[in-house]
Amino acid sequence: MIDYTSASIDFALLGPEIALLASAFLILVTGYVKSLGKLSPGVAFVGLVIALVLSLNQWGNQSSGFFGMVTCDDFGSAFKVIFTLIAILTLLMAHRYLSHKSLNRPEFYALLNISTMGMMVMANSTDLVVMFLGLEIMSLPLYVMAGMARRSPESNEAGIKYFVMGAFASAFLLMGIAFVYGASGTTDLRRLVTDYHYIVGNFKLYLYSGVAMILVGFGFKVGAVPFHSWIPDVYEGAPTPVTAFFSVGPKAAGFAVLLRLFVFGFAYIGLLSDVFWVLAALTMTVGNIMALRQNNIKRMLAYSSIAHAGYILIAFAVGGDSAVSAAMFYLVAYALFNTGAFAVLVLLETRTGCKSDFSELSGFSRLHPYLSSVLALFMFALCGFPPTVGFFGKFYLFSAAIQSGFIWLVVIGVMNSFVSVYYYLRVIKVSFFDQPQQTFVPVTYSPAIIVVLLITLAGTLGLGLFPQQLLDISQSAIFAFL
Amino acid sequence: MVPISAYLIVGVALFAIGTVGVLISRNLIVLLMSVELMLNSANLCLIAFSRSQNIMDGHAFVFLVLTIAAAEAAVGLAMVITLYRNRETINIDRFNLLKW
Amino acid sequence: MIEVYYPILFLGFFAALLAVIMVSISILLGRRTDMGKKEEPYECGVEPVGSTRDPIPVKFYMVAILFILFDIEVIFLYPWAVISRQLGLFGFIEMVVFVIILLVGYFYILGRGALKWD
Repeated sequence: MIDYTSASIDFALLGPEIALLASAFLILVTGYVKSLGKLSPGVAFVGLVIALVLSLNQWGNQSSGFFGMVTCDDFGSAFKVIFTLIAILTLLMAHRYLSHKSLNRPEFYALLNISTMGMMVMANSTDLVVMFLGLEIMSLPLYVMAGMARRSPESNEAGIKYFVMGAFASAFLLMGIAFVYGASGTTDLRRLVTDYHYIVGNFKLYLYSGVAMILVGFGFKVGAVPFHSWIPDVYEGAPTPVTAFFSVGPKAAGFAVLLRLFVFGFAYIGLLSDVFWVLAALTMTVGNIMALRQNNIKRMLAYSSIAHAGYILIAFAVGGDSAVSAAMFYLVAYALFNTGAFAVLVLLETRTGCKSDFSELSGFSRLHPYLSSVLALFMFALCGFPPTVGFFGKFYLFSAAIQSGFIWLVVIGVMNSFVSVYYYLRVIKVSFFDQPQQTFVPVTYSPAIIVVLLITLAGTLGLGLFPQQLLDISQSAIFAFL
Repeated sequence: MVPISAYLIVGVALFAIGTVGVLISRNLIVLLMSVELMLNSANLCLIAFSRSQNIMDGHAFVFLVLTIAAAEAAVGLAMVITLYRNRETINIDRFNLLKW
Repeated sequence: MIEVYYPILFLGFFAALLAVIMVSISILLGRRTDMGKKEEPYECGVEPVGSTRDPIPVKFYMVAILFILFDIEVIFLYPWAVISRQLGLFGFIEMVVFVIILLVGYFYILGRGALKWD
């Protein structure tokens, strides 16, 4: 008989998750009790901060629990910190926007925390079952958040499209897991690696088809071409703070799992490198070219997020620890400046009747020289100009690829970066040099969003000046798991 | 004894039907049903593999998948209802405010 | 060989017995009203004859959706019931935690007023 009370079940491993879940439950139960509902953003914030502290505390701790289904390592802890930071920034920028659009309901904060918890489960899982569970815990709240503006047809549409695509992708992922399980008799990633040689004959076929379907499933989730078609619609239709969360949170979680699966788990399948080569090249190119002809900034940023996913996919084609740490670096950098850019959009959209079209930006710099310069800086970071952190993200990624001999992939990447300059700088051109067609309605600040702008600005510039620290952290994070 | 390949053929066939259903159906409810069919075909494969190798993990996983599918159906149905209230239709060709 | 099916036979017998008892009690003790709503095939507010495309009040969907969730979540009680003896106190506590999580959902629904009919 198995001893179920033994140390194999260790709830300390799930400390951050439990903190988030507890805060979400508290919000759900008290949210509609009179006068307690106003506290929900505070409760969510406290939950996130506790989760952040607990995740930082787990750094350096290497242990495994729940019969090997959950592993606590530096890789997972680093991603947990990233997720909580993203969620905190989203929370700070969302509050006033939601009040302005009269969407300020307690559920938003509960869903945000539950979704963040799902991402943490994903980053920590070393078992395909837990991975799938985490993915669903992350995705289900996201569908609701996308369609949260119930009276807005665009938001409804974004929600349902996200739901259909997400559920479709989940089904593929599940079928893939079923086949991998059938081939190997286990869902444990470590046993999948060690038992690979015992998989023979027909079972190899099961394994390969399973891995292919898992790749399709996660391809949808991170928005790799050709599985990207939902991204622009969902990003455009969803409320803007939610879009900010979408564009970095689930993407980082998807890449965390992909790194575990395809750099650590299924790395022995040699063909995968070529598959990722093609995926990366396609994703970069299609994302950048489609971004050129957008007239809405949110839609442009959606295609730009596809393009950035393409850059990160280079790391999967390359493999090896320098590429993986570069990918982690890039994810953190992208989370910083992308969230910053969305925070400016949130500020702009808190005025009435603003839909984030390019033309609405004309006259921006005359009225708000500082805010427009901040937006310009984030655009430079998205392009990858020095001295922002965006430059070093691309630099580390491309140099890791060149060291492993992926010259052509880097050539495609660099050419794409040049293409992207056009549409990012268009934001700057319109806001600084275009003649305003109508008077620019002034923006009103709130303390929370100033904090968001300061954090993202400090990160974008500070890490751009001292990139080595972040690179060291990401290198030591992946040390344990490679 | 029915060979495992028989179960797998049924499972994969159901999965294919579900996939085609998602791709060609114009009605959101049919679309939801197709997704459920895909999830359940994966369940069938899991059980078949689990039985053929005499290990129980697959059975436990199916329980999890069933509950996840229920949660997904609940979220999906709720969204379809909201959409219907706003737009008076659930034909996905009519949802073209955002370029698909 | 046939002995292993005795429990199923018993189950079927008791199920039939229970059905007979319940029907006969309601026949013996119940008050009969043979009119109005009682005559309709469905007593849930749906008209059996007429256009099938009539809109049904959204409250029905709400209850149906909530039912799906709570109905399916109970599935986890079955595997626990099978090996509850081996799992002992630890399994029991885990199950209590699980039910509490379901209860949080229930209280949320109550708080939102989703179960109010009028």
